[in-house]
Amino acid sequence: MAQIFHHSTNLISRLSIYGGVFIIALLGAALYGIELSPWYTDQHVAREQPVPFSHKHHAGELGIDCRYCHTSVEKSSFAGLPPTQTCMTCHSRIWTNASMLEPVRASYRDDKSLSWTRVNALPDFVYFDHSIHVSKGIGCTTCHGPIAEMPLTWRAGSLYMQWCLECHREPEKYVRPKSEVFNPYYQQPKNQLELGRQLVKEYKIQSLQNCSTCHR
Amino acid sequence: MSKDSNSSDNSNSNYSMNETIDLAAVRAKLAKDGGKRFWQSLEELAETPGYRYKLENEFPENSENEAEGIDRRGILKLMAASAAMAGLSACTKLPTEKIVPYVRPPEEIIPGKPLFYATSMTQSGVATGLLVESHMGRPTKIEGNPEHPGSLGGTDVFNQASILTLYDPDRSQTVIHEGRIESWAAFLTAIGNVRSQIAPRGTGLRILTETVTSPSLAAQIRGVLSQFPDAKWHQYEPCMRDAAHDGAVTAFGKPVNTVYHLDKADVIVSLDADFLTTGPGHTRYARDFSSRRAIEGPGAKLNRLYVVECTPSSTGSMADHRRAVRASEVEAFTRQLATEFGIASAGAPENLTSSVPPAWTMALVRNLEKHRGACVVIPGEGQPAIVHALAHAMNASLGNAGKTVSYTEPIEANPMNQMHSLRDLVNDMNAGAVELLVMLGGNPVYDAPADFEFGPTLLKAKLRVHSGLYYDETAELCHWHVPEAHFLEAWSDARAYDGTVGIVQPLIAPLYQGRSAHELIAALAGDSGKSGHDIVRDYWKQQRPEKDKAFDAFWQKSLHDGVMAGTALLAIPVSPRTDIGREPPAPALDKNALEIVYRPDPTIGDGRYSNNGWLQETPKTITRLTWDNAALVSINTAVRLKLRHGQYMKLKVAGREVYAGVFADPGHPDNSITLHLGYGRRRAGNVGNGQGFNAYFLRTSGAPWMAGGLQLEDSGKKYYFAVQQYHYMMEEDGHPADTESVNAFRRDLIQVATLEEFQKDPNFARHPETEPGEKLSLYPRFKSEGYAWGMSIDLNRCIGCNACVVACVSENNIAVVGKDQVARGRAMQWIRIDTYFRGNLETPEMYFEPLPCMQCENAPCEVVCPVGATTHSIEGLNEMTYNRCVGTRYCSNNCPYKVRRFNFMLYSDYKTPSLYGMRNPNVTVRSRGVMEKCTYCVQRINAAKIRSEEEDRLVRDGEIVTACQSACPAEAIVFGNVNDPKSRVSKLKAQSRDYSLLDDLNTKPRTTYLARVRNPNPEIRE
Repeated sequence: MAQIFHHSTNLISRLSIYGGVFIIALLGAALYGIELSPWYTDQHVAREQPVPFSHKHHAGELGIDCRYCHTSVEKSSFAGLPPTQTCMTCHSRIWTNASMLEPVRASYRDDKSLSWTRVNALPDFVYFDHSIHVSKGIGCTTCHGPIAEMPLTWRAGSLYMQWCLECHREPEKYVRPKSEVFNPYYQQPKNQLELGRQLVKEYKIQSLQNCSTCHR
Repeated sequence: MSKDSNSSDNSNSNYSMNETIDLAAVRAKLAKDGGKRFWQSLEELAETPGYRYKLENEFPENSENEAEGIDRRGILKLMAASAAMAGLSACTKLPTEKIVPYVRPPEEIIPGKPLFYATSMTQSGVATGLLVESHMGRPTKIEGNPEHPGSLGGTDVFNQASILTLYDPDRSQTVIHEGRIESWAAFLTAIGNVRSQIAPRGTGLRILTETVTSPSLAAQIRGVLSQFPDAKWHQYEPCMRDAAHDGAVTAFGKPVNTVYHLDKADVIVSLDADFLTTGPGHTRYARDFSSRRAIEGPGAKLNRLYVVECTPSSTGSMADHRRAVRASEVEAFTRQLATEFGIASAGAPENLTSSVPPAWTMALVRNLEKHRGACVVIPGEGQPAIVHALAHAMNASLGNAGKTVSYTEPIEANPMNQMHSLRDLVNDMNAGAVELLVMLGGNPVYDAPADFEFGPTLLKAKLRVHSGLYYDETAELCHWHVPEAHFLEAWSDARAYDGTVGIVQPLIAPLYQGRSAHELIAALAGDSGKSGHDIVRDYWKQQRPEKDKAFDAFWQKSLHDGVMAGTALLAIPVSPRTDIGREPPAPALDKNALEIVYRPDPTIGDGRYSNNGWLQETPKTITRLTWDNAALVSINTAVRLKLRHGQYMKLKVAGREVYAGVFADPGHPDNSITLHLGYGRRRAGNVGNGQGFNAYFLRTSGAPWMAGGLQLEDSGKKYYFAVQQYHYMMEEDGHPADTESVNAFRRDLIQVATLEEFQKDPNFARHPETEPGEKLSLYPRFKSEGYAWGMSIDLNRCIGCNACVVACVSENNIAVVGKDQVARGRAMQWIRIDTYFRGNLETPEMYFEPLPCMQCENAPCEVVCPVGATTHSIEGLNEMTYNRCVGTRYCSNNCPYKVRRFNFMLYSDYKTPSLYGMRNPNVTVRSRGVMEKCTYCVQRINAAKIRSEEEDRLVRDGEIVTACQSACPAEAIVFGNVNDPKSRVSKLKAQSRDYSLLDDLNTKPRTTYLARVRNPNPEIRE
């Protein structure tokens, strides 16, 4: 019986077998890449908001303390989003005619809440608590990134479980003195590991990795 | 909420017990074991094939039904497809969420932190104080109020489940006028018009309420009555307390309120009274009673409970001596007993014959005599007034008055015989004398006695106004219906069992335009401008001696505490007539004919809770029936009348008839049938409609609690019940039951001894010969550093009331699955109360065993999970991570305690918006295909740990209270850190009564039990 395929096709078949392996590997790598990409994680993507609120201006240039607006960060799981009233403490006095702030004034006037786009969102089966992290010396910027340099706010971390566990496994790499928790310009010292180990001991920081720590 | 159709003719025989049982063999087996054997059902004793099948298959209705028609190739295709889809489903992007802050923040609310407010819930008018957890203004969980005398922190099933009624989407939502939606303003106009018609004397105005203890509401109604002198106020509810009222009038010449002090009683006699789970103060009585069942060591002094009752009840199961007699015989027994205390009895001697042996009665008499002033006789609501009067006389003669029992002025604002009151109303309506009938709550068209023919009679009232939580059977016959505000939406006040006034404080603005009774009566009085809050507050401002600022402070404190300090009614000195025994006996019922007994349903009450899925799905105490009522009969009677379990019968009394399924109930007296009220609703809502049968069809005003002349007729059909007694059975021992090996009972899941036996052998619950040695496992023993959570459940205290079950459902967002799924063994409750019997079939001893997850240190479930979804925490929690679970159910297969629950379908209701607000935001709502189980309320543990860490201290003992523990009225459940030798739980676990279930499996459970110790009278050998 005559050959159906010419000898030259051997090369094609070899290439396609090897290629198949590589293609699958590449496909996998691409999917992984997509999973880690900002398109998928929303990391580093500045979100549009009803009012273009700038943390850079308020927290950075003006130096307003984080807790002025996020009032429950030391008391509750939820850091708290400022009610319109908080905005109006200043903006009933300054920039009262700025058109940019009209939605804020409208909200206060009409008693209708502003509807912000959530930047840092966890899945509903994850129970994160701000208060305990803050009280154990984890700074705002450790998770939220250089907030004082964000004109519009973006998500600084992927918020993947792996990302959480990096710190839960080795808190000494991230912990800072309690006095520096709300400092948006805090830089880790060169001897972070040494300081971190000392603080972990001093603050009785546990390396909690049980499932029920976050999932229930 | 899901609900399944109620089929009366289901051919799937696995659901019900219908196998032929050789009773003689069963009795022989029980006799052979010397009455020491525990059993759960007749099937188990008879070792029927059906029983073995259910024991070995946790979900018997499962595989064969659903896998039908799928071949190997189909399975492979599905597996491949689902694997691919599962991979893809992980690729969804998180949706963009909105975050909406307040404009002006309310005071006190910290987002993410719950607040607790005190309020009160009434049952038949009597208040139980509650603390309600509120998340951002949404009430989510009910707890008992420790400062309220009717609660002391405990709750019952109805308190716990009331949160679901609040959010029930089937509640009435608008004012309705002749079937059309109307406005409150239109209603006010209409009422205004009628007012001018009936003015000035209010001729033909009738107000029908349920029992009212609210001082402010009563004052308002009295205001209307003085405005319209011809108007009348009637009260009726189906489970009224007429016997207690009339009994007090017979004994003392006036109505009084009886308060028992069970913490001071050494000997308690219940005359058909289920005082632990029904009636005023039952939650408090459960606490007081169980406080006398606490055991520190062999020297413990226990109270002793004698129960002479008909239908097996929670109270009966706690008895040290229980006699099952027909309800009509209790009077004879009471007279017998009373005669011994010198209270002469009227009539012929046959009035004094009961089936209780004289020796038993005499032993009881001697016991009571020995504890004069420290014993108490409690009559039941289902008994005639004379039994109540005789009980008062006996308590007086035994010197108990002022000690274990005290009397106060009535807590009801207008005490009356409600049956007479309703009869007067019916007569007036028939005479055409009723111009305007205003009904505040209640559903008399459904629950009034059948001989009143309330529905047709009601139509003779010229104008009918109804206010209720639901557009129910009564509402549909009325011109106007006003949605009633739920107690969590309205202001009011109410008295507790001892008269203490508790404030009913709303947690949320009315969800559905509801109006409280106060607002409605104000409208009737022509004073509709005032809010409910102002009405209640102004009333108290007038009543209280405090003025202005002092009153404000008093009001604030009362709101905060939930009770008005010092408002308990004072004890009044009363003494009973000496010739009570001369009162004529209640009409005798034929001793040989079948007798019918009516009782409020253990979970649905008189029918008002029938649209509550949590309560429907809660297994009823002892029978463990769900979603139904039944004709409960004794096994002997079933045999004599050739009745089979599940047989669908026609019940006929005096020309009236209903159809009901027969249910064999061990411990029920012969020749008697118990029917639970509250089922057979037509307009309850989507959950309650059409479940069970309506026993009110048979009930008459002359015989509200028991009646003779019952006839049975076979309908030829079968009824299937969803009974949890036959689910989640644990294998007790590997031997056939009649093996006479010493080890035959070694794995008894329940450990019981008498006080005498306990004193002889304090370690009776422990069996060192079966305890596995440390070397049995190759692995070292699990060690918890820091906290090690554990639980101790005292079987001596548990009264089987199910409060823990419903509390757990509420706390952990557990889904309702419906009757059909329950019948398939798929109920989702994380904690169940296993019921065991011991002894003969006629009067077995009954035992309860609450079973949450055991949190085994060597958990068999964990090692078989292929995806690491169930793991062990360092603190000893057996964790279940829902988002990891892929639903293999291996863990459930490997759990010897059968405490894991699987979402076979999408049981959680994601569609009904009103239910969103009800859920605990700190617990994940589980979806289809996910395993779930008790977590020891890990959300509460984490919250307490975070609080303690922030305050740089350790978690205090008692700081973490699990939902089941906090709900328990009997304080049977204690949770804590077992690594701390000083913690309460450690001390309990150190007791000699402490034992583990199935300890020979070496699972090392963290949940352990304290064995039951009975305190029988040594003079009575049964």
